[in-house]
Amino acid sequence: MKKFLSLCIAAGLVLLVSSCSKEIVERTDNTPALNPARPDLNAGTWKPVLLTGPAEFPVAAPLATSNPDYIAQINEIKSWQADLTTAEKRLVKYWSAGAVLRWNEIMRELVAKHNLPPYQNSDGTYPIPNANNPLAYPLFPFSNPPYAARAYAYVSAAQYDALVAAWYYKKLYNRPAPYKVDTTLKVMVPKTDLPSYPSEDAVVAGAAVETLKLLFPGDQEYIQQKAEEQKRAKIISGACVRSDIEAGEALGKAVAQKFVTRARNDRAGAAVGSQPMWTQLETTAQGKGETPWYSLEFPRRPPMLPVFGKVRGFLIDSLGVIALRPGPPPSTGSEQMKKDAAEVREMAKNFSREHQRMVDVWADGVGTYTPAGHWNAIAAEDFIQQNYSEVRWARNMALLNMSQMDAAIVCWDIKYFYFNPRPSQMDPVVKTLTGVPNFPAYVSGHATFSRAAATILGHIIPARAAQYETWAQEAGMSRFFAGIHYRTDCEGGLQVGKNVGNFAVQRALTDGAE
Amino acid sequence: MNRSLQKTGKALCTLCALLLLHASYAQSDADAIMMNKKQLCNGFSYDHASWDHYWEGTRKRNNENLGTVTNQSIMYMGAYGITDKLNITATLPYIWTKASAGTLHPLNGLQDGSLFIKWIPVSHKFGEHKLRLFAMGGISTPLSNYAVDFLPMSIGLGSTNLTARGMVDYNWNRFTVTGAASFIWRSNVTLDKDAYYDTQAHLTNEVKMPHATQYQLRTGYRGKYLIAEALLTRQTTLGGFDITRNNSPFPSNRFNSTNIGLYLKYTLKPFTNLSLQGGGNYTVAGRNVGQTKAFNLGVFYAFYTGKK
Repeated sequence: MKKFLSLCIAAGLVLLVSSCSKEIVERTDNTPALNPARPDLNAGTWKPVLLTGPAEFPVAAPLATSNPDYIAQINEIKSWQADLTTAEKRLVKYWSAGAVLRWNEIMRELVAKHNLPPYQNSDGTYPIPNANNPLAYPLFPFSNPPYAARAYAYVSAAQYDALVAAWYYKKLYNRPAPYKVDTTLKVMVPKTDLPSYPSEDAVVAGAAVETLKLLFPGDQEYIQQKAEEQKRAKIISGACVRSDIEAGEALGKAVAQKFVTRARNDRAGAAVGSQPMWTQLETTAQGKGETPWYSLEFPRRPPMLPVFGKVRGFLIDSLGVIALRPGPPPSTGSEQMKKDAAEVREMAKNFSREHQRMVDVWADGVGTYTPAGHWNAIAAEDFIQQNYSEVRWARNMALLNMSQMDAAIVCWDIKYFYFNPRPSQMDPVVKTLTGVPNFPAYVSGHATFSRAAATILGHIIPARAAQYETWAQEAGMSRFFAGIHYRTDCEGGLQVGKNVGNFAVQRALTDGAE
Repeated sequence: MNRSLQKTGKALCTLCALLLLHASYAQSDADAIMMNKKQLCNGFSYDHASWDHYWEGTRKRNNENLGTVTNQSIMYMGAYGITDKLNITATLPYIWTKASAGTLHPLNGLQDGSLFIKWIPVSHKFGEHKLRLFAMGGISTPLSNYAVDFLPMSIGLGSTNLTARGMVDYNWNRFTVTGAASFIWRSNVTLDKDAYYDTQAHLTNEVKMPHATQYQLRTGYRGKYLIAEALLTRQTTLGGFDITRNNSPFPSNRFNSTNIGLYLKYTLKPFTNLSLQGGGNYTVAGRNVGQTKAFNLGVFYAFYTGKK
C-alpha cells in the first residue's frame, strides 16, 4: 500500500518536472548573426538573371563620411542605442541571422497561409481567387505547389539580381560601414570589411516587398511591417546608416520591378484554363483510347492549373520543356497498368508506421509551404551552417527556386499532356494516407520538385549531396506509399527532376560565382 | 477510520495537491460509483461514435469528401477498491476510424491508456440526504506511436494528459445529482513533419497543446440494481485556433463541445457479479468538432480479491 503510493507520487513528480517544458524553441530561433566566411567582394561581376548588367539601375554616389548629414545619421544610431527596449533587441537578433534567410522564411509562411483550396459555391462550382480582390473569400492567392514554386523563384531571383547590383555599387563607391568611420560607435552585429552603401539588407527587403506585392497582395500590412522592422533593426544595430538603407531599398525595388513586369507576362495568369479547355483535355485522352483523369473531390473540382506547363520558366525555354517530356505511362487499359494498380492496392493495404512517417514528412499538402518550400527549409538550414555572404545566399536560393519553378512547369506540362488517372480513380478500393492532389498522376510533382532540388543543392554543397539524394528518393516514393501515385509516376518524376536540376547546375557553373 | 487509513489519507493529499496543479484527463470515470474495499470490477465496452456534420470554427458544414466519419472502440475498463473511499480505475482502448466517402485511409490502433485515482475525502449523511465530495486525479497517455496529424482519421491527439477533478455527489433516497469540474493539462505533441502553420509558421515538429476544462452535471436514479442518469457535459479548450476554411483539423485546434447523454447500468439480480452498461451521447453545440451521435454497450464482472 505504502509502496504503491510512494510509487504514484514519484511518478507524479517525474511527470510534473518533465511536463513543465511547454515552451518550444524553433529551429532558427537562435540562429547566430550572419558572419560571412568570404565577403564575395567581386559579386558585382556575377551573371544576373534578368538585369542586362549590374549598373542597369543607377545608384547615386553617397555622401562623404565627413559630411555633417552623414554624421547626423551616425548620431541617429547612437540615440537609438541609448535607450533600447527588449523588443528592439529581439528585432536586432532576429534580423542579424540574415536578410535572405528571414525573407525566405516569411515567404514560406505566406505560402503555407494561402495554400488552401477554395470551398465550393452552392451550385457545386468553385470560385477562383481574384488578385484584384485578395481579401474577399476565396482569398488570393491559392498558393498551391506550382504557384508557390513560381513565387519563391521570383522573389529569390529578384533578390539575387538586386544584390549583384548592390555589390557592384558597394565596390564602386566603397563607403565604409559607420563603425569604421566612428570607432566609438557600438555595433551589435559582427563587423565586416564590406562597404555598407547601399545596404544589402535594405536591397533584399526592397526586392521582397515589391515582388510580394504582386504575389501576396492581401498581406501588404504584414509584409510592410516586416520590412520596417528590418530596416529599423539594421540602423539600431549600427550595421549601416539611414542613407545606406534608403539607397538599398530604392535599388531593390527598382530591380524587382523588372521581375514584376516579367511575372505579369509569363502566362501564369492564364494557367487556370477554362471549362472548354478542361473538357478538351478529357476528349483528347479519350481520343487516344485512354481513360481520362477526373477529380476525386466532391463536388468535382476543375484540374489544378492545367496550363501551367506553358508558363515561361527561368532556366528552360518552351521547346526545352517539351523536350523533357518522358514517354507515356502504361496505357490505362494495359496489363502493365493492372499490375501497377495491384501494386498500389497492396501497398495501401500493408503500409507500416515508417511508411506513414515518410508520407507525413513529405506530404507538404494543404496548409503547408509545399514541396518547394520544404526544400527551401532544408536549404536554408544548411546554408546557415555555410556562413555565406548575403549575395551568395541569394544566388543559391535563386538557383534552387528557379529549378523549382521550372520543375513545376515541366511536370505540369507532362501531367496535362498525358492526363492520366490516379490509382483511386482506377480502383476505388485504394485508400490514401494523405489527400489525393487534384491533378493527373503522371509524373509525380513531389518526385520532380525533390530531385531537381537535390540535384542543384548537391552541386552547391557536395558534402550533403548523398543526403539530398536519399531525401529526394524518399520524398518521391512516399507518394507511392501514400497510395496516391503508381511507382512509375514517382520513378518518372525523379528522372525528370534530375534533368531539370541539371539546368540549374549548368547555370551555377557559368554565373561567375564558382 | 483506522491508523493505516489515516496515513493513506495524508499521502494521498500530497498526490492530489500535485495533480491539482498539473492534472490529467481520462475517457470516462467521471461517475460517483465506488467499488468496495478489495472489490475489482472490470470488463469491456464497445463505443460507436459518428458524425456527418461538423463545425469548422463556428461554421457548421458537411463534407462530401468525408461523408460520415465513424470511430469505434473496444475499451477495457477496470476499477478497484483500495478502500471503500479510495478507488483506482484504468482504461485501455483500441480504436478504429473510417470515413464513408472520399479516399482517406481508415486507421486503427491502441490509443491512450488511463489510470485514475478516485477518493472521497468528505462524506456526510443528514437523515435521508447524503453528500459526498470526490477528489480525482489521473493520467492518460498514448500507448502506441500513432500519427496525430492525419485528422479526422488519426486515432488520437497524442498528448499525455493530467486531469484533476473535483466532484460533489448528492443523494436522496435513490435520486442523485452529481456535479464535476475538471482541469486537463495537456503535454506538447510531436508531429511526423518538421514544420507546420497554425495561425503562423512554426519551424518545429512540436505543437503546444492548449489545456482544457470539462464540466459535467449528472442526475437520475441510482438503485441497487439499476442506475439511470442523464448527463450534460461541456468541454472547453483553453486556447487553440479554429480550423481554417476548408482545411483539415489540427491537434491544437480549439475543440469545444456541449453534449447531452444517457447512462444506464444494470446489475443482474440472480448473478450480481455481472452488470451491463449502455449509454448514448449527442453533441448539441460545438466548435471544431463533429456533431457526434454516440452509443456504447458494456459488460462488466465484479468480484472480491480477498476477504472483505
